[in-house]
This record gives sequence, structure tokens and C-alpha cells, in this order.
Amino acid sequence: MTALDLDALIDDPTTRIIVTCGAGGVGKTTTAAALGLRAAERGRKVVVLTIDPARRLAQSLGLTELDNTPRAVKDVDGANGGSLDAMMLDMKRTFDEVVLAHATPEKAEQILANPFYVALSSSFAGTQEYMAMEKLGQLHKQAEKTGEWDLIVVDTPPSRSALDFLDAPERLASLLEGRFLRLLLAPARGPLRLMSAGVNLAMSVMNKVLGAQVLTDVQTFAAAFDTLFGGFRERAEKTVALLREPHTAFLVVAAPQNDALREASYFADRLREERMPLAGVVLNRVTTTHAPDLSAERSLAAAEKLTDSDKSALTAAVLLLHADRMQQVVGEAKRADRFRRGHRSVPTVDVPALPDDVHDLAGLRQIGDLLTA
Amino acid sequence: MVTGKGGTGKTTVAAAMALSLADQGKRVLLVEVEGRQGLAQLFDVPPLPYVERKIAVGPGGGEVFALAVDAEAALLEYLDMFYHLGRAGKALDKVGAVDFVTTIAPGLRDVLLTGKVYEATRRKAHGRLAYDAVVLDAPPTGRIGPFLNVNHEVAGLAKVGPIRNQADAIMGMLRSDVTRIHLVTLLEEMPVQETLDAVEQLETLDLRIGSIVVNMVRHSPLDDESLALAVKEKLPTAELTKGLRAAGISASKQMVSTLAAEARDHAVRIGLERENRDRIDALGKEVTELGLVPDGIDHGALFDLAEDLRS
Ligand SMILES: Nc1ncnc2c1ncn2[C@@H]1O[C@H](COP(=O)(O)OP(=O)(O)OP(=O)(O)O)[C@@H](O)[C@H]1O
Ligand SMILES: Nc1ncnc2c1ncn2[C@@H]1O[C@H](COP(=O)(O)OP(=O)(O)O)[C@@H](O)[C@H]1O
Ligand SMILES: [Mg+2]
Ligand SMILES: [Mg+2]
Repeated sequence: MTALDLDALIDDPTTRIIVTCGAGGVGKTTTAAALGLRAAERGRKVVVLTIDPARRLAQSLGLTELDNTPRAVKDVDGANGGSLDAMMLDMKRTFDEVVLAHATPEKAEQILANPFYVALSSSFAGTQEYMAMEKLGQLHKQAEKTGEWDLIVVDTPPSRSALDFLDAPERLASLLEGRFLRLLLAPARGPLRLMSAGVNLAMSVMNKVLGAQVLTDVQTFAAAFDTLFGGFRERAEKTVALLREPHTAFLVVAAPQNDALREASYFADRLREERMPLAGVVLNRVTTTHAPDLSAERSLAAAEKLTDSDKSALTAAVLLLHADRMQQVVGEAKRADRFRRGHRSVPTVDVPALPDDVHDLAGLRQIGDLLTA
Repeated sequence: MVTGKGGTGKTTVAAAMALSLADQGKRVLLVEVEGRQGLAQLFDVPPLPYVERKIAVGPGGGEVFALAVDAEAALLEYLDMFYHLGRAGKALDKVGAVDFVTTIAPGLRDVLLTGKVYEATRRKAHGRLAYDAVVLDAPPTGRIGPFLNVNHEVAGLAKVGPIRNQADAIMGMLRSDVTRIHLVTLLEEMPVQETLDAVEQLETLDLRIGSIVVNMVRHSPLDDESLALAVKEKLPTAELTKGLRAAGISASKQMVSTLAAEARDHAVRIGLERENRDRIDALGKEVTELGLVPDGIDHGALFDLAEDLRS
């Protein structure tokens, strides 16, 4: 049960990539932005890739335009020689860029106009995860080449499960390389010929059900993507390799609630299995108190006493609030403890719940202080 | 239909709605479509197969059946229904076509899922409707528009034929008076923003909003005047000191200032929640509040929430 030292992490020049992940709504984006800002103000040249920031937070980072390129964040203290750029991921655009970069112009045009491509690039569950990885790969390459950044902080999509993020690239790649697309491309070639009775039946059904146009579209899509297949898998593998290197640090963000901790637990185990470098777990939005000795029970009893004797209603209300708070403090501590005992080797840090939400640089600095307190 | 931002309580609220209908004596089908076994988890039963299964009984004599729709099984069922393709369907499945099509064409997936809901809604058994109500734990706000509108898109593609008729029929049902979309939210910036965006989008699509369910509400023991003072850090410390003494609690300066600071945190949060509540109220929709259940949702809590929904 060790403490997570995030200043040491961001000050270490060999830390080049930090990935925040976890269940939805726990504070991944907030943590990524706060750490990025802190690292910049401590002298790193940082780019933060956010996925789905709250509107006000995005505005305060200057992310009003979705143009898929990092822009300098204003009002960052550069006294230590650092800088902060930020961007918001546009998944469709990132996908389009991949196609444009890797296919001939005619082929690219064909792909971009294909309805299956449009569906895949805008709404396939997993595309966002895959494109986040793609963008990370691009930023990394650019950083190596130009030296404009020495630290990349990546947020992950608001997945229904934290694990989607590790699985999606593989899922997308295997879909694009899957047996069915192969069949559509070459229904009567090679060892697959044996199956072609089944395939022909399948094709004629598709024709009947979906209409000939749809089938043609799928085939065009498959043919057009053919040249990209190798590239896709290769790129996915490269990014995964990048994530395994010691200069990468994963931070799992969790709220001290059962669901989020369960998710964090799976994720920590999975990262270990995949030999990915887990720096630690951020327990975010933890309820705190400066009067831990006044228990919920005593506080509640005191409030009742006041109410029964018609004395200070205000004090009674304040005591009720404290009782409520203590109940949360105790429950959260119990859950956090259970988590820590189950993951003794994983460093953790608690970040208190702020009364207000986090929507400007001042708020991010405050979270940065709390992350490293 | 129950939608909302991820984690706001869609599954919980959908289940509570189903229970509250059952409580009024209705036969209810509770459907999930996200392939996550959220209902099984909530009701603490083993994963649900693609079969309707009784999951709860309402005190009022009604029943809740649960169904986890599987898109691939639904595709085969659909093909069979329209084309009587027993064997060919299997061939499709075998070459990975079913997997491919339901994955790569999310629209098709949605056609199948909404199709299943439509079928369940109209199904007859013993000369009457099999279900009095169908409650759908729908996709989250980010995807609800395309999900519910998919049959309109299909109708645009298929000009004639059985698929067109089916698409028209489903769209007709979704836009009619029998369908209501309820949005679950918390009083926080992001879920409220998503709710506002979704309401606008759904109404443009001619779909009907039922209510906004504000979930996990906490009531303040402080009156408005004290809340205002607390925010300004001006709660009367003399009164607090006296009050604590009267209650037999050591009223050290530090204790008083700690409690005042906690009241301030709380008041700031309440202020934020009220701003968000105003944004919800400005929609002019029916709003239902569900309280925060302190120790997590179990069977009993679900029935309590169902009761709150009824009143
Ligand atoms: N009124 C409530 N009081 C306390 N806890 C609640 C309440 N409503 C929901 N919860 C809890 O909040 C969590 C999220 O709820 P639920 O799973 O229903 O949300 P969801 O919107 O379906 O999430 P997802 O987007 O992941 O499907 C669960 O742990 C649930 O028990
Ligand atoms: N420690 C904290 N205290 C108060 N509010 C927080 C804290 N961390 C996050 N938030 C708020 O919670 C909401 C969700 O955070 P976000 O970072 O967008 O989550 P995620 O990226 O994991 O979905 C935002 O409104 C954010 O301002
Ligand atoms: Mg986020
Ligand atoms: Mg759910």
C-alpha cells in the first residue's frame, strides 16, 4: 500500500506518455488536464489529448473548435520553461486522415464516400478508442520528430467499460481482417473455395434481404480497404507496443464507489497481464472531513437532541450534514481499503471531491495540488 | 424508453418503472439491448438468455419479465420471419456475416433491436396483448437519436416491400402516443447538458419526451437563508457554538469552523445543483425526482424507487 507520487512521475524526463483510464464520469478527463497543466507549469512541454471534456472545461482550455490539432492553452505559467497544448479528439476526422494518408487519392475518395465506411467511422463502438490510439501514435511521432512536446497526456473515451479501450483496436482490426470481408473480396479463391456453396447461399440471401446495392457497397468497401488492412493491424500493434514501453505510465482513475472500484480492479489486473506499466490509481472525488472524531451516530444523536428540545435548528441542520458526510467518509474508506488490500503493489492517491465542479485553470491547478499533496 | 448519460441510473430507473407498472397490476416486459446483462446484475440473477423470463412480481398482482436482446439472434429471427431462411440463416452465421453485419452496420443492429421491441409490444397471447407495457433500458443519450430514428432511415432506403412496411410500422409506433422517452439525469453539468441536447434532438425527430427523471437527489437540511449565509462563510458562529454545547458536543473553535466549512461545501454544491435544476425546469417537461439511496440499490430499494415513481 504505497502512495502514488505524481510529481515524481511528471518531473521524470523519461516519462513520455501518461494515459488516464477508468469507468465513465470518474474524472479521467479532469485528471488528464490537471496533470498536463501541472507538468507544463513545472517545465515540461506537454500536449494533452482530451476525448470528451465537459463543455466549460473545454472552453477554459480554448478547445472551442474541433479541428483535431493541438493548440496552445492560454494563461499557462511558462516561467519554468514549459508549455501546454491541448486538443479534443475528432474521431471521424482522424479516421479520414488515416485513409487519406494511406490510400491513393482515387481509392481514398471511394472509401470516404462509401456508406459502410461512413457508418464505421462515425459510430462503430470501438472506433473512438481506436482513433484515440491512432492519434496518440501520430502525436508521439510528431513529438519525436520536432521535439515540440516531451510529454503526451492522453485521456480515454467514456467507455461503458474501461477495458474497451484495450480491446477496441484489436476488435476493429480483426473485423477489418475478418473472414467475412475476405470472403467478400475473394469468394471463390484459394482454400476458401470449398466453402463457396455456403458463401453463395449467404450472398444470395444478403442480396435478397439487403438489396443488391448494399452488397455492392460492402464489396466496394472491402476492396477499397484491402490495401489498408496490413497497415491497420501494424499500426494497432505499434501503438500497443508503445504503451508497453517503460516511458509510458497508466493511471487508473476511480471513484470510491463499488462499480468504479470493481472496474478499476479489473483494469489494474488486466494491465499487469498485458505487461503495461501501471503507475497507480487515483481515487477521485473522495469525501473528506476535518472532524473525523465526531462520528455519524453521535452527530445524528446530537441533532435529534437539539430538534427535540427546540434548540438551534441551524446547529441541528449542520450536524445532520456532518452525519451524512461521515457516513460517506466511512463507507468510502471501507471500500477504498478493500481495494488497497486487494492491490497491495499498486500505489494510490486520494483526491477530495471539490464542492464545485472543475471548469477552469484555477480548478485544474487545485486538482493538480490535490493529486500531489 | 429510458435513456440518459452513462451511469446516471438508466437501468435502475427502467427497472423501477417496470416494477411500478407491475405494482398497478400490469404485465410488463423489461428489455435491455446493450448486451451488458445490467438487468441480471441489478436483480442479482444469473445472466439472462435471449428468452423472456419472469424476474419480479408486483404486490398489485402484476409481473415483470426481463429480456436481454442479442442482436445476432435477433437478426436470424428477423431473417426467418421475413424470408423463412432457416438453413441459409445458419450459413450466413457460419461465414461470419451475421457478426460482420451487426457490428459494422450499427444501424442494422438498431433496426433489429427496435424491431424486437415492436414485436413484443404487439404480440398477442390468449386473444389479448402479451404485455401491457414494455420498458426499454435504452442506449445512452449520445446514441438515442440515431437508435430511435433508424427505421426512418431504413424507410428512406427501402422504397417498397416488407422491410419498408416494417420500418414504417415501427416508426409509427415510436412516434405515436403509446411511446414515451424518459431521460434520467443527475444535477451535474455533463448529464444535464446531454439531457438538453437529447431533448432537442428527439423533438426534431418527432419523438415524444415523457419525463425528466432527476436521480440521486439529496435534500438539504438547511433552509435557503442558511444556505446563502453558508456560501458567504457567514453562518453565525456564536449560535453554532451555543447549539453544540446544548447538544453536549465539545464546541472548540476548530469544531465550529470545520462544521461551518462543511456547510459551505454543501451549500456550494446545492447552488450548483439548483443551477442545473433550473436548466432542466426551463425545458418545461414533467420532472420526477428520485432520492439518493444511501447504501446502494438492492431489491427493497428498487421497490422504494418504484413507489416514488408512482407518486
Ligand atoms: N437513486 C439512486 N440512489 C443511489 N444509487 C443509485 C440510484 N440510482 C442509481 N444508483 C446507482 O448508480 C449506479 C449507476 O446506475 P445504473 O447502472 O442504473 O446506471 P446506467 O445509466 O444504467 O449506467 P450505464 O450507462 O453504465 O448503463 C449503480 O451503482 C446504481 O446502483
Ligand atoms: N475531484 C473532483 N471534485 C469535484 N468535481 C470533480 C472532480 N473530478 C471531476 N469532477 C467533475 O466530474 C465531472 C466528470 O469528470 P470528467 O473528468 O469529465 O470524467 P470522465 O472523463 O472520467 O468521464 C466533471 O463535471 C468534473 O468537473
Ligand atoms: Mg472524459
Ligand atoms: Mg445501464
